[in-house]
Amino acid sequence: MGKFNLSNKYKAITIGGSAGSFQGITKILSKLPKGMSLPIVLCLHRLKHVRNGFVEALSIKSTKPVVEPYDKESIKRGNIYLAPSNYHLSVELGNKFSLSTEEMINNSRPAIDITMETAAYTYNQKLIGILLSGANKDGAKGMKAIKDRGGLTIVQDPSECMINTMPQAALDITDIDYILKIEEIVEFLNELDKYYH
Amino acid sequence: MHNIEITDLRKLTEFIQNKYGYDFTNYAMSSFRRRIGRVLELNKFPSIDHLIKKISSDAEFFEEFVSEITVNVTEMFRDPSFWREVRDHIIPNILLNHQSINIWHAGCSSGEEVFSMAILLREMGIEDKVKIIATDIDKSILSKAKRLSVPIKNMDLNEKNYIRFQGSENLSKYYTEQNGRAVLDTSLVENVSFREHDLVKGIVFNKFDLVLCRNVMIYFNQILQNDVLKKLHESLFRYGYLIIGSKESLIWCEIANKFIVVNNEEKIYKKIKD
Repeated sequence: MGKFNLSNKYKAITIGGSAGSFQGITKILSKLPKGMSLPIVLCLHRLKHVRNGFVEALSIKSTKPVVEPYDKESIKRGNIYLAPSNYHLSVELGNKFSLSTEEMINNSRPAIDITMETAAYTYNQKLIGILLSGANKDGAKGMKAIKDRGGLTIVQDPSECMINTMPQAALDITDIDYILKIEEIVEFLNELDKYYH
Repeated sequence: MHNIEITDLRKLTEFIQNKYGYDFTNYAMSSFRRRIGRVLELNKFPSIDHLIKKISSDAEFFEEFVSEITVNVTEMFRDPSFWREVRDHIIPNILLNHQSINIWHAGCSSGEEVFSMAILLREMGIEDKVKIIATDIDKSILSKAKRLSVPIKNMDLNEKNYIRFQGSENLSKYYTEQNGRAVLDTSLVENVSFREHDLVKGIVFNKFDLVLCRNVMIYFNQILQNDVLKKLHESLFRYGYLIIGSKESLIWCEIANKFIVVNNEEKIYKKIKD
């Protein structure tokens, strides 16, 4: 079925993005299937001192409201989560989130590497990682961790990115499964969801 | 990044507990694992066993280890809107019924929150009415806190926070620059006492009107969070305030019904039941 090699083995999707990813991410969220089965965990670089507004901005167009999880909140199917400002967001064994104020990584807190690495450790081959446009190398190690533990990796096509440093950095160190334009990522997610119904 | 398995971590925490009496068993796995990975990397230890060997023979190293494991990243006036709330509502409310205020900073790290509180109290003109106890598990970070100095490179962020807090002065009024550090005016902390205290193993040692424990329990799992919250609850006078980090919540905790929410955005709770 379709152009991607998919199945219903996946338990979660993590999406990382930075400079130039906002349009792409809102497009993805606006075209998600209604009643999407998998949880989506977004880690997007954002202003550290602005706690409010971002989650609302993402929710406007999304098919489902985006929420910022509390520490130790359970990860629920079909929810869309966003790493809160000035915290790293980790996935714990036992399907819960943990927050942390540890050192910035790649000049970022939240850091995509942390979200992806901890999610990879929890979900292993049952995780999908997607990395979008961005101006630094955050997320490259996270994507590698996902691939190393058997998960599936996708980067936004660098030729489409406003700033392609981030997906390119991932491509440099990992054999990424799919290089896709935003339109195709939307297609991928909709096709994936069909395996869950 | 080292591939650290859970069995390795168990072995390590068990060893530390037997040898030094600290219990890291119920620290949140994701960050604890990452901190241990950092220690291995910094010291170029190829495995957990090398770390255990070093810890077993070197108490001084163990102190550094504790410092590295516990997260000591902090800011002055982190979440400025929270500090405004403390100044404009919480402190005035306590003063309606009390002549003096006892405050506990539980997990004070290098002291930035304590310094913020001290400045806030001075600007309110009530520092003489307040006693602050600031505690941390980490001896070396406490001695740093006692030196009242903050790396000058952090002052840019601290000043921005202070401006958003809408303090009545210039933050620079409170410190002088010495050897790349901003050293705070010692008179600010005359009523502050820094003490070593482990939230996990430590006992309830006093009663307070206000307990701040922001972004400390995020490093614990839920079992430990419940234990620590019981102690924080016990350490509060009835109608005293408990303040946790902006993305922490009491919702899942056993003692949630003994508190009411005063401000949900800033995570300020009031103890209503013993």
